[in-house]
Amino acid sequence: MKCCYILVIAMPFILLIGLLIKSSLLFGEKSLTELIFSSEWKPMSGKFGFLPFIISSLWVTFISIIIAAPICLLTAIYLTQYARRVVLKIMQPVIDILAGIPSVIYGVWGIIIIVPFVSKVAGWFNVHSSGYSILAGAVVLAVMIIPFILNILIEVYRTIPIELSEASLSLGATKWETIKKVLTRKAFPGIISSFGLGVSRAFGETIAVLMVVGNVVQIPSGIFQAGYPLPALIANNYGEMLSIPMYDSALMLAALILFIVVTIFNMGSRYIIIHYEKNI
Amino acid sequence: MINGTKINIEDLNLFIGNNHILKDINVQIPEKKLTVILGPSGCGKTTLLKSLNRLTDLYPEVKIQGSIFNGDEDILHPKTEITELRKKMGLLAQTPYPLPMNIYDNITYGLRISGRRKKRFLNKRVEYYLRQVSLWDEVKDRLKDPASALSIGQQQRLCLARGLSVDPDILLADEPTSALDPISSREVEELFVKLKQRYTIVMVTHILRQAKRVADYVIFMYLGEIIEHGSAEQIFEHPKNALTKSYIQGTYS
Amino acid sequence: MNRQLLRKSEELFYKVLMIISTVIIIIALLAIIISILVKGMPSLSWSMITQTPKGGYYFGKEGGILNAIIGSLYLSGGATLLALAVSLPLALYMNVHKLKQKNVVNFIRFFLDLLWGVPSIVYGAFGFTLMVFLGLRTSLLAGILTVALFIIPIMVRSMDEVLKTVPKGLLESAFSLGSTRSETAFRVMLRQCIPGITTAILLAFGRAIGDAAAVLFTAGYTDYIPTSLSQPTATLPLSVFFQLSSPIPEVQNRAYASAVVLTVIVLIISIASRGFSMKYQKN
Repeated sequence: MKCCYILVIAMPFILLIGLLIKSSLLFGEKSLTELIFSSEWKPMSGKFGFLPFIISSLWVTFISIIIAAPICLLTAIYLTQYARRVVLKIMQPVIDILAGIPSVIYGVWGIIIIVPFVSKVAGWFNVHSSGYSILAGAVVLAVMIIPFILNILIEVYRTIPIELSEASLSLGATKWETIKKVLTRKAFPGIISSFGLGVSRAFGETIAVLMVVGNVVQIPSGIFQAGYPLPALIANNYGEMLSIPMYDSALMLAALILFIVVTIFNMGSRYIIIHYEKNI
Repeated sequence: MINGTKINIEDLNLFIGNNHILKDINVQIPEKKLTVILGPSGCGKTTLLKSLNRLTDLYPEVKIQGSIFNGDEDILHPKTEITELRKKMGLLAQTPYPLPMNIYDNITYGLRISGRRKKRFLNKRVEYYLRQVSLWDEVKDRLKDPASALSIGQQQRLCLARGLSVDPDILLADEPTSALDPISSREVEELFVKLKQRYTIVMVTHILRQAKRVADYVIFMYLGEIIEHGSAEQIFEHPKNALTKSYIQGTYS
Repeated sequence: MNRQLLRKSEELFYKVLMIISTVIIIIALLAIIISILVKGMPSLSWSMITQTPKGGYYFGKEGGILNAIIGSLYLSGGATLLALAVSLPLALYMNVHKLKQKNVVNFIRFFLDLLWGVPSIVYGAFGFTLMVFLGLRTSLLAGILTVALFIIPIMVRSMDEVLKTVPKGLLESAFSLGSTRSETAFRVMLRQCIPGITTAILLAFGRAIGDAAAVLFTAGYTDYIPTSLSQPTATLPLSVFFQLSSPIPEVQNRAYASAVVLTVIVLIISIASRGFSMKYQKN
């Protein structure tokens, strides 16, 4: 029994150390900053610049959270404050099913619906785009993280004591003013942390994004351009990783970056909810 | 109708789901007096109090019938502009729930909501109401601290000051001392005695001694019904109903 | 009066936005399910789900997706069983033996949450490195191990949430009757929590069967149904992923059919676990 829980506590460190050992071969030749801030990616000649992948990951994650955040916030407020109980009862399975749909299915949906749609939208702006783009990746990703963020937000709003609403209402505030000025302020650490957890989820998502984002090694300059996020880099090239020198180290470094970024967001979000909730 | 009636409750019935919580409530609450709603826990006291400013709206499963008149306006009428009416009634909950903001903003929240924004006016009001609840000297140097940093007794007085800030003429208090330590409890109780000169106060309590100390008028409830109501003297000295009598004598609580 | 009107219309405005947001979420779900069904149903036939691909999964125009269906069931079934063997004792341990040591339990919870958040591709990459290090090849066993590793935190935490809700009084009264601690743990808690634990297992199984990134590295892909743990195996998510990228329409059809099968499996799991958790809430 004891070994089970030692395993749990040791696991993150094992992951970290394993990836670190594998990727450290690369550090022998170049510094970390050089690797991260260079945009030259030529594995055959040993040039590994991660910048295009990092920028793509940031773009996709950032836009997905921009799309998902307001939708989740508004829906959570609606379901907990305005809607009748029946509506929440209907929405709960909807959220559950969305959360359970496999990544690859989101990818297929992205290819069938979102990619052509993005291509069309790009046309409206007089931009030529195949549709396989940062925006398509972000939209698919947004839908994927919505159930995740929404579940947390519903819980956050539901646990606010009703007496707080009563206090605000009896001071002459409308329901909306109460939500805006009191409840949302009370919920603020929870909201921020739900978005943080959403970011960590989005940053590591692989297959769905990979299927719609285009996978071109470039620093994207617009949302209609193709990108190449870190997880896609790993997934697309693992097959060759033992045939090109240092390639495996480079891909493990990508995995390491993913692991660290995701874990920082994860821990940060949990820290916020634990430490700030009581002080507001 | 008794003279100087402030709130007039007529044929009030309230259901939560299929449970009949308040049954045929008919009662008048006198103006500028402290009325105590007395009774054992779970008899519907708090629900009655929350009906008075229609906070029952927050609970979707509540069904409410009848009328509650504050002056000419029926609070329960669906067309009534309830946000304005609620402002005329300050509310003090069982445990203090300061708004998630600093001490200063807690007091000015209601004023800012109603469009008062002048800094000087707000400053004056804050001092005035904090003095009313004898909190000013304790907090005047840290008005920008979060209200949650205060002790629970201070928080309850802050909540009272917050309730007073929108200039209500009625105060609703739901067992306002039950969560407090004995000293804070006495302070809050004394405040109520002081305030009843100027406000119509409705206080829910199940502490008999407290009721005897503060009440002018008493409504005794049992299982969702009003068993008896009348002046404090009448209820405590010459209760008519056998239930009331045994409650007053402390047979059950 | 003007101010009142402004306040009212602001509330109305946001209320409309809220309803739109809610509707967007419902539409997104419907759009996903409908588009998968519309695209995949025409290619879903009896022979599709009872045959393995002929002439290679990437080029052969004949055959079906039985290899992926069976492979996925083997893999996620194996991973779920393996994870269960670790998770159930751990969850019980956290909630019974460590009843009094809140800090230890919260510490474990924190690490489990952390592991839950690690992307499956990181597990996959790690599993692959480990595999190479140990001189293993992509196989059903490697897939099972990797997937088990990443569903363990999910399973433990979901079970933990269920066990947490067991009233402490129930445990204490059971202790006082003189049964040993482990006996108490199993008898009392399991009976109360079986629906909730079943939900946790289903949830983890759903995660396992839907994951593509971890198995991509470790389970490989093949046209055949594996007959031993050391053989590589096909899986439904990869069946979608690989075959969809083929230029041959017949092969793509296999991908869409796999998508339908996968979606249906996940929907069934979702409905079943809802049923169990509702039963749990009633108890």
